[in-house]
Amino acid sequence: MQTTNVTLKIKRFNPEQDARPYWQAFEVEASPTDRVLDVLNEVKWELDGSLTFRRSCAHGICGSDAMLINGVNRLACKLLVKDLGATITVEPIRGLPVLKDLIVDMESFFDAYRAIVPYFVNDDPPPAGERLQSIEDREVFDDSTKCILCACCTTSCPVFWANERYLGPAAIVNAHRFIFDSRDQGAPQRLEVLAQTNGLWRCRTAYNCTESCPRDIPITRAIEEVKRELLWRRA
Amino acid sequence: MNRPHKYDVIVIGAGGAGLMAARYAAQNPNVSIAVISKLYPTRSHTGAAQGGVGAALGNVSEDHPEWHAFDTIKGGDYLTDQHVAERFAHEVIEAVYELEHLGLPFSRTPDGRIAQRKFGGHTREFGKSAVERACYAADRTGHMILQTLYQQSIRDNVTFFNEFHVLDVLIEGGECLGVVAYELATGALHTFHAKATVIATGGNGRMFKVTSNAHALTGDLMSIVYRRGLPIEDPEFYQFHPTGLYRIGVLLTEGARGEGGILRNGAGERFMERYAPTIKDLAPRDMVSRAMYLEIREGRGSGPDKDYIHLDLTHIDADIIESRLPDVTEFARIYLGVNPITEPVPVQPTAHYAMGGIPTTIDTNVIRDGADTIVPGLYAAGEVSCASLHGANRLGTNSLGDLIVFGRRAGINAAAYAAAGGYNDLPHDSQERAHDLLERIRHGSGEERVAHIRQEMQDTMMDNASVFRTEETLSKQVTILDQLNERASHIGLDDSGRQYNTELMEAVELGFLLDNAEQLVHAALNRQESRGAHSREDHQERDDERWLKHTLVYKDGAGVRIDYKPVTLGKYEPKPRVY
Repeated sequence: MQTTNVTLKIKRFNPEQDARPYWQAFEVEASPTDRVLDVLNEVKWELDGSLTFRRSCAHGICGSDAMLINGVNRLACKLLVKDLGATITVEPIRGLPVLKDLIVDMESFFDAYRAIVPYFVNDDPPPAGERLQSIEDREVFDDSTKCILCACCTTSCPVFWANERYLGPAAIVNAHRFIFDSRDQGAPQRLEVLAQTNGLWRCRTAYNCTESCPRDIPITRAIEEVKRELLWRRA
Repeated sequence: MNRPHKYDVIVIGAGGAGLMAARYAAQNPNVSIAVISKLYPTRSHTGAAQGGVGAALGNVSEDHPEWHAFDTIKGGDYLTDQHVAERFAHEVIEAVYELEHLGLPFSRTPDGRIAQRKFGGHTREFGKSAVERACYAADRTGHMILQTLYQQSIRDNVTFFNEFHVLDVLIEGGECLGVVAYELATGALHTFHAKATVIATGGNGRMFKVTSNAHALTGDLMSIVYRRGLPIEDPEFYQFHPTGLYRIGVLLTEGARGEGGILRNGAGERFMERYAPTIKDLAPRDMVSRAMYLEIREGRGSGPDKDYIHLDLTHIDADIIESRLPDVTEFARIYLGVNPITEPVPVQPTAHYAMGGIPTTIDTNVIRDGADTIVPGLYAAGEVSCASLHGANRLGTNSLGDLIVFGRRAGINAAAYAAAGGYNDLPHDSQERAHDLLERIRHGSGEERVAHIRQEMQDTMMDNASVFRTEETLSKQVTILDQLNERASHIGLDDSGRQYNTELMEAVELGFLLDNAEQLVHAALNRQESRGAHSREDHQERDDERWLKHTLVYKDGAGVRIDYKPVTLGKYEPKPRVY
């Protein structure tokens, strides 16, 4: 396959050596169909083994390699060289503390997720078989079951950049997944959390979340549906 | 040195089997639990499974666990332990209902039940016709199992140690006392003192060049227990799925051929007609992979290097492709820039699943020999283990079934064992082996790069020990692995730091992978027959008289020692495997 020369500009930071982050450029030969993750691996494996990032499945399912690539939040394994041009800039996702190179501290992101009661609640004794659910009732929350918790949405949200205590779109999408599940009984608890100061009402519908979601979840719409549900239940 | 952490039950791995074990151990109020994962739990590779989990619910058409058990045994080319398959086929039904009760969003039938669909090898009435047995959540069944179990672990308040790499399992006086793990964030070693330890760390597909497996699947624990003197069972049985995306190995579901897709060689020929005249492209996975590999090896592949096969869907109605095969279309479009509606998709067999692993009893106790002697305090479940449910070839959907059935058994049994007993004393030098392992790599002489050795291992394993094997290729691979092991002792690292030193971990994982490759190659060289996924061109027939037995591979000094364990037969007499 024909190869092309790519300049990979990476924002580096090693807490054991550097006072502040800096840019470093690498020249790499790549195939047009290489993933950005392949190019990062090429640098790590051949040029500089200290380059540090998370990765696992390498095909957009596990959510490890969310990065800011040419200014947009993307999974490095779901974006190809041919779609980016000869210069590719890679930075850590924004709004979370950088630990080393492209690795950020995900704890506060998962704290927000844990805060919205992200598990099925139904205290009735279950039947011997399955709880029944119609195809239509299942469809209502289908999109929000696709979330892989990669943080592309939350870390592209300008409200989150300004206020790290905002629960953020990923947490709200996961609340949506349960609130609209006809079998679940935990909506009151979740809506109470979402109604607080740093919850749902911080959303300014910037749509950055929807545009950055690698799973094509209509996030802004899900947030609006939760807002409406909250108002409806209060009325 | 940190003080040892102390938990009654330690679970290693946070995929389907590990989280299921944690979930069921957590139901026992008398034990404390912690889960150790080298990833964040939701990054585990269970999440990549698509098709479904097979269970005879009978929601769509009549089905019985006896039929499921038979299909599993026949699919395993009669190397499956039959009492395991029979128990499994019953328990997977309970386990699927329990997942539904935990909120798993299965797709639904028109009457609101769990939806089920057909899958390769699942039949009614012992082989008469296909049956709808795979319970699915769209084409994200594994993702939904992983998410549901992680969500419940939050509810159960399970303690996680994320991004901790286990480097040693403490086995003293024949009993397991816990593990030693490396904290990626700080570079510190931690000892975890436990009454019961559950291993649930998944597969080892990264020993091959082309694989559907995640970067993380490096067979760590299969190597660690092997170094500790325990055997690995049936490692020669490794499944190659026929349709991985060319070069990157991402899986394209079997359903593509179910919808009428055709495999073509470089000349455009529908070559499966020559190999399986009756069922052609829908022959079993091991047969199709063999045919594809042969075409490529004999120079009839497609592309400039003649090293792939075309999966042709262009004759199928565009609406059917878009609606029933959305993942095939998306993956082909994103990664190869190929539109399956108008162009054939380059594919090749992709390393997919280890049928073998750490040998266990049906109750998930790890065993140390062919007489089923257990290692007290040590349990294993999921792909890392070998119960043996899958025998010589796993049936589609039984991987997810394995996770939930044996993960659950491991959690319940480990917790009961821990609740009944006390802690044995740790040795004072518990971190010695793990410490030495890291020091050897950090202070290697320095001219070798991890990536070069790994790539050579992956390339040569693909050439010499994948779909087809002969005494010649396997003997050659034994020599190559010896050389690679020698080179691996001279690795040099660029990163000498302590925080997030992923380069150091890649070097450790390379050592683990080399052990896994050694186990597979020696077992394959030893087994002079063809059975299921193990295909010897110099011994093409199945030989029940000599080889209807499980392999046990032990580390023996610098070499290996091979022993055997009988297959548990039952109702079903071994017969030629014809579909």
